[in-house]
Formats: sequence, C-alpha cells, structure tokens
Amino acid sequence: MTLHVDIVSAEAEIFSGTATMVFAPAEMGEVGISPRHTPLLTRLKPGEVRVQTNEGEEKSFYVSGGMLEVQPHIVTVLADTAIRADSLDEAQALEAKERAERLLIDKSADVDYAKAQAELAESMAQLATIRKLREKSK
Amino acid sequence: MAGAKEIRSKIASIKNTQKITKAMEMVAASKMRRAQERMLATRPYAAKIGNVIAHLSHAHPEYHHPYLAEREVKRVGLIVISTDRGLCGGLNINLFKKVIASMKEWDAAGLKIDLTLIGSKSNAFFKRMGGNIRATATHLGDAPSMVELIGTVKIMLDAYEAGEIDRLYLSHNQFVNTMTQSPVIKQLIPVSGEADSEALKTHWDYIYEPDSVPVMDALMIRYIESLVYQSVVENVACEMAARMVAMKSATDNAGDLINELQLIYNKARQAAITQEISEIVSGAAAV
Repeated sequence: MTLHVDIVSAEAEIFSGTATMVFAPAEMGEVGISPRHTPLLTRLKPGEVRVQTNEGEEKSFYVSGGMLEVQPHIVTVLADTAIRADSLDEAQALEAKERAERLLIDKSADVDYAKAQAELAESMAQLATIRKLREKSK
Repeated sequence: MAGAKEIRSKIASIKNTQKITKAMEMVAASKMRRAQERMLATRPYAAKIGNVIAHLSHAHPEYHHPYLAEREVKRVGLIVISTDRGLCGGLNINLFKKVIASMKEWDAAGLKIDLTLIGSKSNAFFKRMGGNIRATATHLGDAPSMVELIGTVKIMLDAYEAGEIDRLYLSHNQFVNTMTQSPVIKQLIPVSGEADSEALKTHWDYIYEPDSVPVMDALMIRYIESLVYQSVVENVACEMAARMVAMKSATDNAGDLINELQLIYNKARQAAITQEISEIVSGAAAV
C-alpha cells in the first residue's frame, strides 16, 4: 500500500515518487499522511516535508509554505518558492508600483537608447550641413 | 593597390563582426536549451493547481470566488511580457503590434486600459506610446524567479478585487518551436473554468483546514501567479530561440559578404599585378 507523492513548486519539480508515509507542516499542526487518507486540502507553514520511501529511507525537503492536497493515493505538495506573508507581498507590490512611477517621471536617467541614437545622427547631419555652408561662404 | 588594401581591412572588420554574431548564436542556443527545460518544469505546478481549482468550483457551486465571476467590463488590465535585451529579431515588435491592435479594439469599445509591464523593452516602448502603467518589473535575467513577480502581479489582482479593472489579460510570446514564436494575448481573470470532466464525475469533497474560503483564495492567487511566471519563462525561451535564429542569419550574411569582397579583392590584386607587368614590359621595349 503506497502513496504517490509529488512535490512541485512554480519554478521546478522537486520530488516525484512513491512513499509509505508523508509528513507535512500544515497550518493547524503537523500532519502525517498514510495511504487511503481522506481527501484533504490545507495550507502549509514554512517547514520540513518528510517523505518515507518504500525502501524505508526518509527524504526531507524544506518548503517555505504552500498548499497540501491529499487524495487517497496521491499527495501533492504545492510548494511556495518564497516565504509569503501579506505584509511582504504588499511591500513587493509597492516596489513594483514605484518602479512604474519612476519610469514615468524619470526622463533623463533612462534615456531610450534608440531615441538618443536618432538624435545624435540628426545633430551630426546638422553639423555637417553647417560646415558645408561655411566652406561655401568662404 | 590602394583599393585592395581598403577591401582587405573591410574583410577583416566583417570577420570580427561575424565572430561576435557566431558566439552570440552559440550562447543563445545553449541558453535556449536550458530555458526550454525550465519552461517544461513549470508546467506540473500550474496543471495541479488548475485541477484542484476545477474540483473546488465543482464541489462548491454555492461559493463563487471573485476570480471566477464575469463582470460588466469597463476597464481592462493587461500584463505585457517582453525581453530585457534586443538583438532577437522581430520578437518584441511582433508582440507589441498585436498588443497595440487589441488596445485599439478595446479603445474603440470604450474600455480604459491599465498596463503592467515586464521586461525593459516593453517599458521603453509603452513609455513612448503612453498608457496608464500601473507596475513594472525589469531585469529578471535568464532564470527569472517567482519572488520578483509576486508584487507585480499583486498590483493587478488588487486592482481587480477593488473593481478598478474588470478583466485581466496576459500577452507574451508563445514558444511553438525554435523557428516560430507567436505572440498571444490570453485572458487570466475571470478564470475560464475548464473542468477535468473525468475527475468530476463522482462527487466527493476535501476536508479543508482551516476553511474552504482562505484555502481557495490562496490557491487562486498562486494559480494566477504561476500562469504569469510560466509565460515569463516561456518568453525567455522565445527570446533565446529568436536571438539564435537572428544571429545565425547575421553570421550567414557576413559570410556571403566576405565571399563577395574576397572575389573583388582578388580581382583588384590581379589587375594590379597585370598592370605592373605590362608597365615593366613596355618599359623594357622602350629601352
């Protein structure tokens, strides 16, 4: 009697294989999942997910939070790639917003390269014309 | 012989350029392979969450998450994903053209548009174009990390929840194969509920800890984030593929140019030798 365990994050697949038992740091306390567990869906706290493989080996993975989905023979850990908290997310959002504001305000620092090049070419052409005119008038 | 010398230095300079484009091509090829692997690695996560959400919305028809509800559309949000660097053919421009076309359509329908920009190229482009830019993210690198996107996506999610936008779209390049990348615009919110009908035939439900609503909320946010992240990674793969192709054709063109110039050079050299010989011969005859 075994479980199929998948530990995936948004960036990569971390573990996939069979196990006899899985331990995870659920929000309401650590849970141990054996085969034929009733379907369960819970959030995870940052902590260690331990997987007991068929060979009796114990593998452990650190997750910085996420979700745990349990079906009778399948356990899926949807791991977060970073610690999540409302205040942290808020700070990230503010940063992204500030970047946008800076983009709109900042006219000098982030001069568009193509535009600068076009302007340079134009002024060089102007200079050349002026030089020619001067030579003619001499 | 002056012409020949000029041609020779021109050939040398083109050869140098060719070396650079060749190197860029090879770098892009190896980066593309890694980007493709990364692209595939992101798929299981989004697919898993998608399944759970489909199941949840099926099991709880009474609870409607705001991300699932259709609203009357007055304002739309659009996340544009571009590359950070150039020299990748028409990749960004093709995407921007498609975005501009859609923006015109929305504009004609009387909808206001809010933009979120990911990648330096889109920042530069839409800054010049004008538009209501809400958030930006740049310099994510070849291996973008999810953390850098959380804030950017949250701005749009918050705007949606606050009723400031009624629909959220995502535009990026889709990796068809190495030679083809096609720009796409897809709808993120409201989430179109494609239910895996096979799994939903029998009715069963999860035990939720602590409760179904916060669990659903957390899942939804992660789902949208993972879709955006997936597209960002896919766009990197597109960038590398496009750069590889562009640099390959640049290298080929440089090769053609060198061959042509080499021919001209040889002719010029021969002409100079012939002239010298005839001068010597005629000089000797005059004596």
